[in-house]
Amino acid sequence: MEYGIFTVGDVTPDPTTGRTPTEHERIKATVEIAVKAEEVGLDVFATGQHHNPPFVPSAPTTTLAYIGARTSRIKLSTSTTLITTTDPVRIAEDYATLQHLVDGRMDLMLGRGNTGPVYPWFGKDIRDGIALAIENYALLHRLWREEDVDWEGRFRTPLQGFTSTPRPLDGTPPFVWHGSIRSPEIAEQAAYYGDGFFSNHIFWPPEHTARMVALYRARFEHYGHGKAEDAIVGLGGQVYLAKNSQDAIREFRPYFDVAPVYGHGPSLEEYLASTPLSVGSPEQVIEKTLGFREYAGDYRRQLFLVDHSGLPLSTVLHQLDQLGEVVAELRKHDLAAVPA
Amino acid sequence: MTRRLAVVTAGLSDPSSTRLLADLLAKAGRDALAERSEEAEVEVIELRPLAHALADRLLTGFATGDLAVAEKTVARADAVIAVTPVFSASYSGLFKTFFDVLEPGSLDGTPVIVAATAGTARHSLVLEHALRPLFAHLHAVVAPTAVFAASEDWGAAGADGALVRRVERAAGELAALVASRPTGERPDQFDRDLASMGDFEQLLRRP
Repeated sequence: MEYGIFTVGDVTPDPTTGRTPTEHERIKATVEIAVKAEEVGLDVFATGQHHNPPFVPSAPTTTLAYIGARTSRIKLSTSTTLITTTDPVRIAEDYATLQHLVDGRMDLMLGRGNTGPVYPWFGKDIRDGIALAIENYALLHRLWREEDVDWEGRFRTPLQGFTSTPRPLDGTPPFVWHGSIRSPEIAEQAAYYGDGFFSNHIFWPPEHTARMVALYRARFEHYGHGKAEDAIVGLGGQVYLAKNSQDAIREFRPYFDVAPVYGHGPSLEEYLASTPLSVGSPEQVIEKTLGFREYAGDYRRQLFLVDHSGLPLSTVLHQLDQLGEVVAELRKHDLAAVPA
Repeated sequence: MTRRLAVVTAGLSDPSSTRLLADLLAKAGRDALAERSEEAEVEVIELRPLAHALADRLLTGFATGDLAVAEKTVARADAVIAVTPVFSASYSGLFKTFFDVLEPGSLDGTPVIVAATAGTARHSLVLEHALRPLFAHLHAVVAPTAVFAASEDWGAAGADGALVRRVERAAGELAALVASRPTGERPDQFDRDLASMGDFEQLLRRP
């Protein structure tokens, strides 16, 4: 079981001070957060990919390579790499280069993105989202496994005898997760290739996650990659920690109330009751997190969102100190769960 | 076999004439089904207490609590009676919001009576100009008779029984539509997506 954090890289004003970090500060903060994640014993750091304000991570492999040079153990990943609007040839090259630079200490998560206007900037149409995810990955999968690729598809220039360079490190393609909230096609895709399936699991109630994970597990077995219970499931999550729950709620509420995703909607208490969001004491967060496997089964990777909605860097670093302790406790439960 | 009749009413006052009309239609619907030896289980959804949840639903994209229950009730109903007050020449915003947030396909093929209330009968064509197109868009099967009740229908002018006759006619049409439909659970959006997806080899080959 791996524990880590994932960032969307938003530049959001801190609602308690009104101060907005510069892009420079946000990018540097992302690096500090990743370095800290390694320091407190987390296993994975993942960044999103966005091409529109207020987000900064448009070039994830550049950021990840820089973090790779400043760390030695933590695995670097994405959440997500846009398989729809990024040329699969560039994904093959960029991530293979990253794989060499960090000695294999990486993987990636593919996603479609959810921002309509982004598609035409890259010559694509959001209505083709699923078809793009399927065709582009079919090409990416071959580029990392075959040296001379002939290719013709709907969405990019044909290739003849094309070799993507560099070749994957030691001939082993980077591990791929497919991320989705509710498109069964993506669970099917992950199952078909025997890749990992990652459920976003932060904004919506767990019922959606449960159905998608169950579908992926059944189809993973159907395609002959192993037993359903051994399918490679990852989950998102979102935490805000304090020594006691009252402080956690009080500190997080101003950020929650105006957050770009759920602000101005349900109360924090309602959101806590109906979604995987965890705001509370370490004991409460541990209990809620352990509850995820009741509907997702035993899973392999848990990523938490900790640095969004204008939370200042100092707060995020303090959150990571506490998260490190929570994860140490969670690992004890994982060990206990391993059959003798 | 028991048929599920969901009644959606968007009246804001208590008592509201919208709810009164909804209750008349529900009772008539139950009676009309009974004439066809079909038992009906009526579930009434008042939208007023769901108003905050509906605003949240627009912002978050998911329903919780009573709203989630109400959405499921409508999606699995064998027939729906939808009643709104007339606001600014159309259905009320609250009424429209509820149907805006239903999972796509929730009313696919569902028999529906559309009904509305207002202070004056001059608004009655709202049923044909606003409600019928809305439910046609949602792929519901709307009963030919739509029911409008103005203030005067509840008083002396209504004593001739015109409103009641209209209610009964609509209920009879609804019962006929329901009787022609299969019973049993309906697949939800996820199941339908899954059924139409095919396996991955088909997805790869899809032009």
